Amino acid sequence: MVKPGEAGPANSVAELAAELARLTTRPWTLMEVCGGQTHAIVRWGLDQLLPPGMRLLHGPGCPVCVTPAATIDGALELARRPEVILCSYGDMLRVPGSDPAGGDNLLEVRAAGGDIRLLTSPLQALELARSEPRRQVVFLAVGFETTAPATALLARQALELGIGNLSLLVAHVRVVPAMAALLAGDDKQVQGFLAAGHVAAVMGTEELEHLVAQRRVPVVVSGFEPLDLMRGLLACVHQLEAGEARLQNAYGAVVRPQGNPAARRLLMEVFEPCDQHWRGLGLLAGGGLALRGRYHDLDARRRFVMPASSPPPAPTGSWSSATAADGSSDRSDPVFVAAREAASGQAPEVACIAGAVLRGAARPSDCAAFGSACTPEHPLGAPMVSSEGACAAYYRYRR
Amino acid sequence: MSERIRLGHGGGGTLMQALIDREFRRLYADPKQLLQDAACLDLPHGRLAFTTDSYVVQPLVFEGGDIGRLAVCGTANDLAMVGARPRHLSLGLILEEGLELALLRRLVTSIAASARECGVTIVTGDTKVVERGKGDGIFVNTSGIGLLESPQPIGPAAIRSGDKLLVSGDLGRHGVAILAARHGLDLQPPLASDCAPLWPLVQRLLAAGVRLHALRDLTRGGLASALQELSTAANLELQVEESAIPVLPAVARCCDLLGFEPLHLANEGRCLLVVPAADRQAALALLEPLGGAWIGAVGGPGQRVLLRTPFGSERLLVPLSGELLPRIC
Repeated sequence: MVKPGEAGPANSVAELAAELARLTTRPWTLMEVCGGQTHAIVRWGLDQLLPPGMRLLHGPGCPVCVTPAATIDGALELARRPEVILCSYGDMLRVPGSDPAGGDNLLEVRAAGGDIRLLTSPLQALELARSEPRRQVVFLAVGFETTAPATALLARQALELGIGNLSLLVAHVRVVPAMAALLAGDDKQVQGFLAAGHVAAVMGTEELEHLVAQRRVPVVVSGFEPLDLMRGLLACVHQLEAGEARLQNAYGAVVRPQGNPAARRLLMEVFEPCDQHWRGLGLLAGGGLALRGRYHDLDARRRFVMPASSPPPAPTGSWSSATAADGSSDRSDPVFVAAREAASGQAPEVACIAGAVLRGAARPSDCAAFGSACTPEHPLGAPMVSSEGACAAYYRYRR
Repeated sequence: MSERIRLGHGGGGTLMQALIDREFRRLYADPKQLLQDAACLDLPHGRLAFTTDSYVVQPLVFEGGDIGRLAVCGTANDLAMVGARPRHLSLGLILEEGLELALLRRLVTSIAASARECGVTIVTGDTKVVERGKGDGIFVNTSGIGLLESPQPIGPAAIRSGDKLLVSGDLGRHGVAILAARHGLDLQPPLASDCAPLWPLVQRLLAAGVRLHALRDLTRGGLASALQELSTAANLELQVEESAIPVLPAVARCCDLLGFEPLHLANEGRCLLVVPAADRQAALALLEPLGGAWIGAVGGPGQRVLLRTPFGSERLLVPLSGELLPRIC
């Protein structure tokens, strides 16, 4: 019998917090990139253990949160068709489409008769397609480089087996271009990153090395347990205090420099980088993944006549485009527009600042709608929906 | 082909009579009750507790239990939570056309065994059959009558600042067993549901003179929901020590994997107890051999549940909202 808290020895976390306090001479601002890290920090109250003045910004590393509204609209549209079985991961079901106050999401479509299935593994979509030969099975594929290899495996098997009634609505995103965009903006505040350990476990550290070399910012690959996160923060502050900017792997038990070569090969065989809209961050060069040419038959955007807002993405080709991101703000994102209008005084009835939260420019608790107009039951923005979203973390642990 | 439930089994004719005779008669201690429209009960004078609950769980059979055992224990436990000894149950069954008789038989056997374990008799029942696609195999409703044996009322109104919070065993096992079955997770070794009667424990606590201020069985919504409900009802802040809450490592790992909190998962044989500080040791003497533990205390006025992490930081413990959904990465 163990208690849940015994996962990380309490005294070691306390020791690391004390060392951090001894070491810190300036009010550093760090960002944890991954939503899983954000949740762990808020869940364990680690930010309450940091030296005064040190700030943690919560990064955009929640794939559900950054999936553009147009993709959700496309999924909603497909799910309403009687011939379609739309499948995805559970978190996607409550993400609002382009009308954040309209309450339109996959759960609503399901309640109205749409056939929407929850998957825990993409390969379940293959089984579904085989058992329902008269239906069109569409897999809404979301996630970072962590889940993309599993989607790639699904695509490869579907092609090999000649499954004609399966297609993919791909919304996979790449994390390093987003980190680059956060450093390129005018309002950049981030002085050091805790990079997402799970993404690095797949992709290795090469992309991050490029980022560090070009942007001169400390990046520490970190895990997700309290002790991992405290070690990551300590390593990052060590570098900042010493005026260094290096890539450091504080999650060496899991992350190897070359990543997972088999998963990378699979990923690169099926996908190529493309420009991708991120909610809150705008159009990121190389920020997403698109199916390569020989997989185009599996692309739901090509198979179905879709709304004009979700055309097939244009490939950008290069896997090392980490620094090519333009970081331009997404003026067409309704969530972002609502936030801008709110900021300029022409507030719509309910203002959601999801865009600012995703850029680390605001905290969930800074939002007027937080906890009142916006709750997990009635989310206005995706960060309130996803189990990885920063707003959901704040709602769950510190209202 | 195996025997299955047909629409005619619910028609009120000879087919239905045969089903009752063959499958359900054995549930009744006094088969004469099957011939009556209502049960006539001989209960000692005293105050009664009465409750009802419906059961729609999927899958119908899971590791450590099934819908039949759940329907008996669940309703008996609701009675135990107000300090009542469960005595009699009704049993309403809604069967879907096509249900395999072998499965029904298995569930009836489980209902009979669970009723014996809970010390209840089934005294009245009803069977309906709905068309294929209109049910989910079987739905069960049970109502229960119990005799109040607690010397004072048990409920949120009795909770006082300074009371202690205890749980009767490790948390989250039923929830994990169901989730694993529903999502096709092949846990090795499998985790069994904690589905079990709670009255034997309550009875022993009462016999030991423990003053039970409040009891809550930790079903849907788990410990988090139960604590918040009690806090709101009593208008008292509850303070919980995270490291004191018993959770099996396998449950914690499974939750990690799926993105759930053990404190949100359902239990079917676990309860939260609120007792005066002076009775803490007497209660723990009975609870600890079952895996139970002290987990916290009742604070001053307020309507929130504060959880202290093992690192000394604090956060809110709030009920889960909506449906339990798996996370994606």
